Amino acid sequence: MNPALTLATTRRILTQLRHDPRTVVMLVLVPTLLMVLLRYVFNSTLVFSHVAPALLGVFPFLIMFLIASITTLRERTTATLERLMTLPIGRLDLLFGYALAFGAIAVVQVALAAGVSVWWLGLDLAGSVGMLLLVAVLDALLGMALGLFVSAFARTEFQAIQFMPVFVLPQILLCGLFVPRDDMGWLLRWLSEVMPLSYAVEALNRVTASSTVDAVILRNLLVVACCALMALMLGAATLRRRTP
Amino acid sequence: MTNSALAVTGLRVRRGGRPVVWDVSFEVPRGVVTGLLGPSGCGKTTLMRAIVGVQIVEGGTVTVLGLPAGSPPLRHRIGYATQNPAIYADLTVREALRYFAAVLRAPASDVDRVIAEVGLTDHAGELVGSLSGGQHTRANLAVALLGTPELLVLDEPTVGLDPVLRDELWALFRRLADGGATLLVSSHVMDEAARCDRLLLMREGVLLADDAPLALRERTGAADLEQAFLHLVRAAS
Repeated sequence: MNPALTLATTRRILTQLRHDPRTVVMLVLVPTLLMVLLRYVFNSTLVFSHVAPALLGVFPFLIMFLIASITTLRERTTATLERLMTLPIGRLDLLFGYALAFGAIAVVQVALAAGVSVWWLGLDLAGSVGMLLLVAVLDALLGMALGLFVSAFARTEFQAIQFMPVFVLPQILLCGLFVPRDDMGWLLRWLSEVMPLSYAVEALNRVTASSTVDAVILRNLLVVACCALMALMLGAATLRRRTP
Repeated sequence: MTNSALAVTGLRVRRGGRPVVWDVSFEVPRGVVTGLLGPSGCGKTTLMRAIVGVQIVEGGTVTVLGLPAGSPPLRHRIGYATQNPAIYADLTVREALRYFAAVLRAPASDVDRVIAEVGLTDHAGELVGSLSGGQHTRANLAVALLGTPELLVLDEPTVGLDPVLRDELWALFRRLADGGATLLVSSHVMDEAARCDRLLLMREGVLLADDAPLALRERTGAADLEQAFLHLVRAAS
């Protein structure tokens, strides 16, 4: 691990994005626009306040998953990864470089979506905005880390895109957004318990519902952070210096 | 010989169940330009990948600058340019090189030096993706020149370049070798072979010859290197 190399990688990725303003605009605005849409689809602040916290986590999770899996896949298929593997850079320098770059974007993305939800769309927030941001950013990082990891199993961008419904949609269906997790059958309940997004959504719901930071929130934050870290480590294991 | 830049013994590589490099052995002394020649698909790229340490090999040893290929200390000392440009298309030439220079801990001044060496000074601010094919190849080559690599492994660095540029690059390779660097340059164009100090001729994964260009012509009695290569192919089959 070398912080200078991590930061150089972060800078490189952000510079790449700067040359693609359309992507930046979409990254920053899409979750916010979806929140606005959601608010007027329900047409009630009460219902909106009920589902919005979960979606503040789900939208960035989904977008970061896609962005991260495509970017890393591109790094693999254009052989820049192979070139980096011949150079004195550690695999974790590269992955943490990615995590920092996407984390920075996630902060902007989530801050805007949460700010608009709280101050314009009438999201009833009992806890602190800071805590809400923290959970949502961790969520985005989890999506990014999972995207990095699964991109190792995709050979083409078509496959990478298809991993979204495979890895992300089941988590969204089972995270408690549509049906309370306590009402699920034992198998679904168990599945929802091994899926990290469930913990993120539960934390977001608690942060919005109560002003106290209780043990459940902290435990859930820890679970999400550990899952993200584990996915990054697994991602590092899939970056091979030697290939057939 | 520990003094050689490169020592390959009995190298065997299989890809997709098929042998692509078979029982290849040779040595390359330091400070010379060695041409790796052979038709497309003969195993040149695989051999080069084994030398830079990214190829899974089945058997044999590859010793680079006295260390086993792929050893971490070698990552500072080898410059590698792949045949297909491996450089970020959505960065400008200067931005991409700045990143690779940071990875190599090369001085910042290196970026402008290598841009000038490959003749891209006028295009340094352009996106790599918008360069022409030849410029793209040169940007890719520039990455390999960053730092002061002791060994340069260049896979078809002059393909698609006009004769003037090719001549300039070969002059650059010569200067680098005179400065003490060792170069292994692959090509499938025989007229480039004459500019090398030594030649490795490959065909179907096997090394056909390892000699100086002049000695090769004399040994085969051929008028030029193309004829010499044909002579060796016929003799082998």
